[in-house]
Amino acid sequence: MFGFFKSSKEPPPATDQAEAQAAPAPEQAKTGWAERLKVGLSKTRKVLNTPVGDLFRRHAHIDEDVYEELETILLTADVGVDATQYLLDALRRKVKQDKLTETGQLRDTLRAILLELLAPLERPLDIDTARPFVIMLAGVNGAGKTTTIGKLAKRFQGEGKHVLLAAGDTFRAAAREQLAVWGERNNVEVIGGQGEGTGGDPAAVIYDAIHSARARGIDVVLADTAGRLPTQMHLMDEIRKVKRVIQKADPAGPQEVLLVLDANTGQNALAQIKAFDEAIGVTGLVLTKLDGTAKGGVIAALAHRHAPSRPPVPVRFIGVGEGLDDLQPFRAAEFVDALFGE
Amino acid sequence: MFDNLTQRLGKVVKNLRGQGRLTEENIQDALREVRVALLEADVALPVVKDFIAKVREKALGTEVLQSLTPGQMLIGVVHKELAALMGEHAVPLSFASQPPAVILMAGLQGAGKTTTCGKLVRVIRQQGKKKILTVSCDVYRPAAIEQLKTVTAQAEADFFPSEPNQKPEDIARAALDYAKRHFHDVLIVDTAGRLHIDEAMMAEIKALHAALQPVETLFVVDAMQGQDAVNTARAFNDALPLTGVVLTKLDGDARGGAALSVRHITGKPIKFAGVGEKLGGIEVFHPERMASRILGMGDVLSLIEEAQQAVDHQEALKTVQKLKSGKGFDLEDFKSQIQQMKKLGGLSSLVDKLPGAGGKMGADDLAQGEKQMRRVEGIINSMTPEERRKPELLKASRKRRIATGAGVSVQEVNRLLTQFEQARKMMKSLGKGGLSKMMRGMKGMLPGM
Repeated sequence: MFGFFKSSKEPPPATDQAEAQAAPAPEQAKTGWAERLKVGLSKTRKVLNTPVGDLFRRHAHIDEDVYEELETILLTADVGVDATQYLLDALRRKVKQDKLTETGQLRDTLRAILLELLAPLERPLDIDTARPFVIMLAGVNGAGKTTTIGKLAKRFQGEGKHVLLAAGDTFRAAAREQLAVWGERNNVEVIGGQGEGTGGDPAAVIYDAIHSARARGIDVVLADTAGRLPTQMHLMDEIRKVKRVIQKADPAGPQEVLLVLDANTGQNALAQIKAFDEAIGVTGLVLTKLDGTAKGGVIAALAHRHAPSRPPVPVRFIGVGEGLDDLQPFRAAEFVDALFGE
Repeated sequence: MFDNLTQRLGKVVKNLRGQGRLTEENIQDALREVRVALLEADVALPVVKDFIAKVREKALGTEVLQSLTPGQMLIGVVHKELAALMGEHAVPLSFASQPPAVILMAGLQGAGKTTTCGKLVRVIRQQGKKKILTVSCDVYRPAAIEQLKTVTAQAEADFFPSEPNQKPEDIARAALDYAKRHFHDVLIVDTAGRLHIDEAMMAEIKALHAALQPVETLFVVDAMQGQDAVNTARAFNDALPLTGVVLTKLDGDARGGAALSVRHITGKPIKFAGVGEKLGGIEVFHPERMASRILGMGDVLSLIEEAQQAVDHQEALKTVQKLKSGKGFDLEDFKSQIQQMKKLGGLSSLVDKLPGAGGKMGADDLAQGEKQMRRVEGIINSMTPEERRKPELLKASRKRRIATGAGVSVQEVNRLLTQFEQARKMMKSLGKGGLSKMMRGMKGMLPGM
């Protein structure tokens, strides 16, 4: 959990470790973020790229074996049964239609199909539409909500915004302290961080934070909530209430409801989106811990599985590393490029 | 959204029903369904492939005539293989060492290590009232040490303080030394979450292991984890001599595909399952029950056990007495049944454990059902004690009063009374068989068996 704090802790001891990790990629600070995205996704790229490259070397022509190996690669990258089937069907159709025979063409076609699938997920978050812009974060236990709040706060601060954090996780032991400690180190004010241990009403903490933000002309309020599994109905009721109370403090709010998803999660990610969306109307996703996993494929499943009546919930940010800058806006083309190692 | 394994395999059985015998061809179809079901449950692909191959081999070798229906036969084989893969029986924690017995926790970020530490304290205490010390070597995440301290205090064990500027290995050694000098029986060592590909961090935990020589090294895995579970499990298993696995967040609706993957890769027993955030939310992992649950055979055993723990025996006895004495089952009993059902974790928890039922009821139905249960309770609460004992007293004006009191319509009050009548009839026919008999009765009623 919250691994990125490793690099953000008090300077000297962290560096040997950071250096040890970053040995193959020197000058991390200067690498462009597309590069960093690629580094972060390298494992996914390896999974998608290496076997695909290998596939092309071994098979010059498109045949059943190629499709079968491709299926294995997609499934292993958490694309899921349905989305994999969809991608393969689309691929087969295109191959037939354009009378493709070479595996090299197959690769380009797959890229195009993936891009088409993922493009609707790219809708960056605009925080200038309201003041204060209230962002409520939700997710299952251990998805990385508190860590994401830290990264987001840093990001918005970097854009010259005044940020306020609301420590709404009043349940987990030391969750508020975690946010308070982080806020202290980074000069971000935290409301509710001083609460005595656990207990207390998360809605009240967030309500106070919004009022305080309005009084002081704060630009962005980031509201933390406790992790909860969608099967815990009383906790889902509680988070509904948190949203209702936010609406009392700010009838137009929350301007954004972010669901934080752990990229290590398999197909259950889809069930999580559905459940949280029904409870609190999810407007954006953050996919954390994409680094060092064979994942990324789950994004394709997300894009494929959504209610036909409306576009898929956009992926606002992806976490590709432990550093503060490693929370990146999601860009479909760069994501696909990274997957293919280009 | 997704069919879970239970639903999927339920379909397989239905598809196979009505076919005279099991041919290689229809095994093929069914196995494809099983494959998809396992993949959707996030069992890792290589594990799925191995598993399917084994089932095919076993199924084709079995004589068709031995079983009643081809579906039962195939499910039997799948279940047997699944149970074999999950391990045959529950494996307890080992304390076989010179005290203190050291337990080292390892896993990815957010798997649930710290929470599990607190839960383990409870389990160990329940097992043998041991003197327990906990220590956190997580110097990275803000307030991680604070979290363990709080959890430890809640679980009422001793806590060895550490500071974020210390080296994890130094903390571990100091804690071990302290535990020895203060005659602790068990030392639980929490560690930072780490990525399996993070070499520096993996080296760190290897060093911790070397310094502590733990008798148990537990790998904590999120039950919701996807395909990568094989890779993380392999990496942790290679780096550390794991002695067991703790599967967390099993109270979610992810059906434990990661459990199969991790078990297959490491070969280590899954010792505990985390079910909820509270300190009591930990169960000894029963592999054969898990296999049954996955297959839609229900977790009837667990259910009965839970029922015995949670249900107030006095209350139950009173109901039985009433039934026996022929004195009517009244609304007060009806309400106490609803309350007992709540104690068992609500409808969703019950339905999960009932064979075949999972396929028939969606989460929406359940949420609806639970809401309904609360309303019913409200209506009964709005009645006078006398009305509860003699529902036949309820005529139009009383019903209006009750409806107003409970904030519902008169129709709803009427509906409740009809339901109550049905329940009363059911209770009468049930006789004095008790819960297990009722379960067997329900099992017979449900499809897929």
